[in-house]
Amino acid sequence: MTSTDRAGIAAVARRAAELLPDADVITDRARLRTYECDGLTHYRVTPALVVVPETATQLAAIVAACAEHGVPFVARGSGTGLSGGALPHADGVLVVTSRMRAIREVRREDQRAVVEPGVINLDVTRAATPLGYYYAPDPSSQQVCSIGGNLAENSGGAHCLKYGFTANHVLAADLVTPDGDLVTLGGAAPDSPGYDLLGAVIGSEGTLGIATSVTLRLTRLPEEVRTVLVGFESTDQAGAATSAIIAAGVLPAAIEMMDALAIEAAEAAVQCNYPAGAGAVLVIELDGAADEVAQEYDEVERLCRDHGAFEQRLATDPADRALIWKGRKSAFAAVGRISPDYIVQDGVIPRTALPEVLHAIAELSSSSGVRVANVFHAGDGNLHPLVLFDDAVEGAGAAAEEVSGAILDLCIQHGGSITGEHGVGVDKSAYMPRMYSEEDLDTMQLVRCAFDPHGISNPGKVFPTPRLCGEVPGRHKGPHPLQEAGLAEVF
Amino acid sequence: MTSTDVADAARRAVAETCEVRDPEPLDGVDGVVPGLVARPTSTQGVAAVLRAAAAHRLTVVPRGRGTKLSWGRPPTSADVLLDLGGLDRLLDHAAGDLIVAVEAGMSLADLQQQVADAGQRLCVDETVPGASVGGTLAANTSGPRRLVAGTVRDLLIGITVVRADGVVAKAGGRVVKNVAGYDLGKLMVGSFGTLAVVTEATFRLHPVPAARRWVTAPVEDARHAQRLAQEVIHSQSVPAAVEIDWPPAAGGVLTVLLEGRAAGVEARAATVRGLLGDFATESDEPPAGWSGYPWGSSGDPAERPTALKLTFVLSGLAAVLTAARELVGDVPITLSGSVGAGVVQAAIPAGTPVEAVASAVARLRETCSRHGGSAVVLDGSAAVKQAVDLWGPLPALDLMRRVKDQFDPDHRLSPGRFVGGI
Repeated sequence: MTSTDRAGIAAVARRAAELLPDADVITDRARLRTYECDGLTHYRVTPALVVVPETATQLAAIVAACAEHGVPFVARGSGTGLSGGALPHADGVLVVTSRMRAIREVRREDQRAVVEPGVINLDVTRAATPLGYYYAPDPSSQQVCSIGGNLAENSGGAHCLKYGFTANHVLAADLVTPDGDLVTLGGAAPDSPGYDLLGAVIGSEGTLGIATSVTLRLTRLPEEVRTVLVGFESTDQAGAATSAIIAAGVLPAAIEMMDALAIEAAEAAVQCNYPAGAGAVLVIELDGAADEVAQEYDEVERLCRDHGAFEQRLATDPADRALIWKGRKSAFAAVGRISPDYIVQDGVIPRTALPEVLHAIAELSSSSGVRVANVFHAGDGNLHPLVLFDDAVEGAGAAAEEVSGAILDLCIQHGGSITGEHGVGVDKSAYMPRMYSEEDLDTMQLVRCAFDPHGISNPGKVFPTPRLCGEVPGRHKGPHPLQEAGLAEVF
Repeated sequence: MTSTDVADAARRAVAETCEVRDPEPLDGVDGVVPGLVARPTSTQGVAAVLRAAAAHRLTVVPRGRGTKLSWGRPPTSADVLLDLGGLDRLLDHAAGDLIVAVEAGMSLADLQQQVADAGQRLCVDETVPGASVGGTLAANTSGPRRLVAGTVRDLLIGITVVRADGVVAKAGGRVVKNVAGYDLGKLMVGSFGTLAVVTEATFRLHPVPAARRWVTAPVEDARHAQRLAQEVIHSQSVPAAVEIDWPPAAGGVLTVLLEGRAAGVEARAATVRGLLGDFATESDEPPAGWSGYPWGSSGDPAERPTALKLTFVLSGLAAVLTAARELVGDVPITLSGSVGAGVVQAAIPAGTPVEAVASAVARLRETCSRHGGSAVVLDGSAAVKQAVDLWGPLPALDLMRRVKDQFDPDHRLSPGRFVGGI
């Protein structure tokens, strides 16, 4: 850290100390280290300062101090992200929203909830359930992940096949801009006039500011939910069944697939009692009006049978359903039972390319000797290959990285994406140029420059080569302030 | 009418890129006659026009099918009218993946026809007859089906744009789930052609439902309308649309659309009929005017009705309906739209005195904003546009200006058409 950096951090720490109790301004090295990573634990950076504000005004004042002193900042909700989006900056401030946990309003008649960014995703649903409503986006980490983090990452989940992503369920947000201004984007009603800045902020991975209040759309709890666990001999059969269901015009709330290795891991971890000997299982959930669901279920059952299902198990009560989902939702963690280390990928492919891509992954796996377990959202083609390795074995990590990168290339070759819901973060920024041209990335950078001209909001994430923002014609000439401060160089 | 002269050298530079002609009467942009009309036939062609325009510092107003070109404020300048009608190809319909990619000048109706053979549809209503895909994106128009599927904002998964400097950029892709990079598509939706020119768009499609049924019932007054709308929304009938028609004089009509499998739709329609009371009726056909807006075509700018979009949270419905009707003594206002989503359109007839329109807009705006929404004047006579703030208060206007300055630093794209003079 340069002396300029140290002075900046000290100034922000002093400002924070004026605003917050001592315990919420963390400078002690040992305590700072508890924040050194998010859910992607192989990237670790100890932040220079951690602050835990309680109000939007405090948070804005701290960001304003960062802006004044050219200090980079990173927002962190629950720290469950899987792409290193909340990885701290060594010379920067980590702004933690875990004390901003108020559910301010739940309004049934308007189908809205207003919550602070640290509120846990599932707590919104818990608050709305007595009124017959819930919050639809359900990332697997929903018991611990925060709404602010969901907004930053545009989180999805198993049920986004039918209900959409965070971007489709956030109506408004108060945002602290990288200048430290507090602005309201969007409104409780749809279609706020002007540019849809909120649409740009959602999924921007903390690079355009920090949300301090979020207005959410609540969804009516369905009258009927049917969850069925279907065993197939192969992923080919399960993939074909998935395509047939979609082609028949059925839009299930979720269609999830796990292959044999993922099933083995889940069995070892949570004893979910999935069909023995299955080469693949599908978890299919149908929801909606009771008559409709009954009809759709008959169709799904027939289509699965036609495509080789050897066992179909319909959940008969909520406990049964929970057990089926437990196997699926714990799959990532469960893989720890069968491998000391693993990389989770999040690539997306057009659903029709599923069989081809799964075969290609299997070939990659057998030619490299690196095991790959597949758990994924089959309905929308969002793969989560788990690339297994043992870091204690020399070269194993590198081999796993290589397989992992090759899988992303496969997704791009098939017209897909490098990330469906986990975000780019630090983890996949190097892959962005494979998916987008330089012009595409430059154009995205225009948005960044409008919000964060000095590049202090979560720098180094999403984009491969952070560029300084071009000068607006007719304004300020001379070296960029960050350049002057020695914080950045012109590329 | 304002008319524009474009220097010969600049005109020649544009003409080297594509077909160029002099403007005809129908090429006016809300009273502004462009200097010339350029009609490229591809994204690269649009890029060439915009590079030429940039070199000669020409202002450019993009046009799809021209059905909403008078919306917003008249441009402060329109050297080049960029006619996108030549970009009307279907690029890709991957039926198995339920996606479609088209050029922006294709009409929405053509798109629907192209995907209908596969039993699919883009879940966006054609609210303005003849509208193009690009124009629908630029104005973010929506109809009854927005209740479930949202607007084009929610269905757009990939976009190609040409920037003011002629650079071609894309964002998103051809998969429904994708969080790589900023979602530029959302920024373009509703931007009135002021940030970049959209040339190609990829959408998520949905299967056409096997059955649909409309249940219609009269409502006595505003509170009755709100009570029925709430009952339907909180019921388990999963409505695909909940619409109101609210004429100036008295009464109103609530219509609920059910879509799905035949037996399911029948059962749910019966449930909704029960909720809506003894006078409710069912039909397999949409009621007259379904998915249209309550104003006529624009025609002569002096004789244009005032067209508004009102938004509010659902508990504000009765207040908005009441405000509209209380104004009727001075201004006969017709409302129609999605009461299930909190988005309705309002029409004030042509010839209404400007002061009366202005005070009606103020009253509606105050009511909508009290209920979490806004009142935007989409279109109106020149006199109305002079007298009225079309958009109302915008808390993030400064940030919006900064975005505009980044994308179009010389303010040459549709200058002056959008919020805050953008």
